[in-house]
Amino acid sequence: MMSVINSLGPLVDTSKTPQVKLRSSLSIFLSFICAGLSLLTLIPLLSIVFLVLRNGVPLLKPSLFTSLPPAVGSAGGGFGNAVIGTLIMVSLALFIAAPVGILAAIYINEYDRGSGFSCAVRFIAKLLTGIPSIICGIFVFSVLVVHLGFSAMAGSIALAILILPTILLTSEQALLGVPYALREASTGLGATVFQTIWCIVLPEALPAMTTGLMLAIARAAGETAPVLFTALFSSYWPKSIGHPTASLSVLIYNFSNIPYDYQANLAWAASLVLVGIVTITSVTAQLLVRKR
Amino acid sequence: MKEKKRAKRLSWSHPADWLYVLCWTAAAATVALLAWIVLEIFSQALPSLRKFGLQFFIRASWNPNTDHFGALPFLVGTTMSSVFALLIALPLGIAIAIFLSEDFLPPVFRQSIRFVVELLAAIPSVVYGLWGAAIVIPIVRKGGNWLSNSLGFIPLFQGPVFGNSMLAASLILALMVLPTITAISRNALVDVPKTLREGAYALGATRWEAIFGVILPTASPGIVAATILALGRAMGETMAVAMLIGNSTRLTFSLLAPAGTLASLLANQFAEAEGLQVSSLMHAALLLMLLTLLVNATGEIILRRTQRITVKIRQR
Repeated sequence: MMSVINSLGPLVDTSKTPQVKLRSSLSIFLSFICAGLSLLTLIPLLSIVFLVLRNGVPLLKPSLFTSLPPAVGSAGGGFGNAVIGTLIMVSLALFIAAPVGILAAIYINEYDRGSGFSCAVRFIAKLLTGIPSIICGIFVFSVLVVHLGFSAMAGSIALAILILPTILLTSEQALLGVPYALREASTGLGATVFQTIWCIVLPEALPAMTTGLMLAIARAAGETAPVLFTALFSSYWPKSIGHPTASLSVLIYNFSNIPYDYQANLAWAASLVLVGIVTITSVTAQLLVRKR
Repeated sequence: MKEKKRAKRLSWSHPADWLYVLCWTAAAATVALLAWIVLEIFSQALPSLRKFGLQFFIRASWNPNTDHFGALPFLVGTTMSSVFALLIALPLGIAIAIFLSEDFLPPVFRQSIRFVVELLAAIPSVVYGLWGAAIVIPIVRKGGNWLSNSLGFIPLFQGPVFGNSMLAASLILALMVLPTITAISRNALVDVPKTLREGAYALGATRWEAIFGVILPTASPGIVAATILALGRAMGETMAVAMLIGNSTRLTFSLLAPAGTLASLLANQFAEAEGLQVSSLMHAALLLMLLTLLVNATGEIILRRTQRITVKIRQR
């Protein structure tokens, strides 16, 4: 009986031959290497989180948010103005960029889907996401700041340019997520294009759009380069959106160069606040997506 | 008169009209914005373009006192730092992408690792810079001494050793582009048709024979696109690089010496620049923008083409 099976050749049980053993152990070895490399990247992330917490948490007091940055070399004080400045500039940027981005997304996905112009808009939005953020800052500097001086307004416009393509592309994805059958049903019931968009498509796409907006907020809050030459920095409370304004990210950048302990620690505390804001917004955004 | 007014109001109160107009304006504004940015920076760069022309690319001095500007050191710095960042990040990113797209782990763990990698993308650039100054710089200083002692005969590792150096900037850039590479490569790997995988396993391939023989080659255009898009990001990254690279204006090919990139040059000098220096900085900005636009456009086109191809394979 055995000899019959052996003579059949292909039916021989090959799982014990040395060659197969080598192949499968090589495969297992590679799996471990792959897992090891993946876990390796956790180390820097853990290190960043650990360092920000260790250096930032001891300074975290309510007075940080209610007082102004200290003069160079002296201790005490906080970065209340920078927190407010960041909030003002990010919300203004959202206020400018969100309508434009969402409307453009509606155009390319609802009114004119698949046309050459829409494809061009989509492609240009993708290119805009790749533009270095410092270019936005320089552009706004030479268009606005040269004539009107440093201001929170200029900073928010630079941030708006930065997040516009993000909002456009995520809104477009949100609109794409709305089933086509809904639009057909709505049109079939006699709704105009406007009614279909306004009453059917937009409410359906709203949660996913919110996710996109929150990702944009997270991106804008963390950016330094666009506000560096537009909003500049200020050691005082924000007066109006026409004046130079402090922001958390520029504060971190400025204080990281100063060789005094208190300022360096303040930079870490500001990082903690900034990472907190950014992480909370982006985690909420992702939870919103996952729910759906 | 009254009726005319009414008719006008009626036509505007017909909602489809104004929404269409608004939407079209917004879409056109996005296109116009890119054109405006390019034109504005080009026009600001004109004086420097006229004065230096092509010499701007080959001259290795950046001297505001004598008004001699050449971007070669920064072009070299931008290229070297981003290429080295990719050399480090690429194997890691692809390993994570494979780890997350194959069934090594139950979905819960895969989701959480993906989540962690996405968090890496959310950390602001300045915080990377701050962390790099505290952790990466000392490591680079120590490792750099060892490198220059043992491999100093290679120009790449020539001393003297500095903490704030091209190597430090490349390391931080590698960490920063990792999420880009991972996310896009993972999508490419997940998009590999199931039938190809099953075919490989049915022919008796082990897991890694299937990965190297079938899955990676099929996903390779997507991975190439991921690499190119990550290159674009690395070239444009400003703050973390400006905080770690040492901001030298001298031409250097050593990884261990301070250097500068186009982006870090802008971050450092733009605030205090005057006269021709402003125009030369704009010239550098134009260069940086055109380079990133070119790189990103290439990446996007490759990505789009691969997506079209996978859709075709699916339909077959």
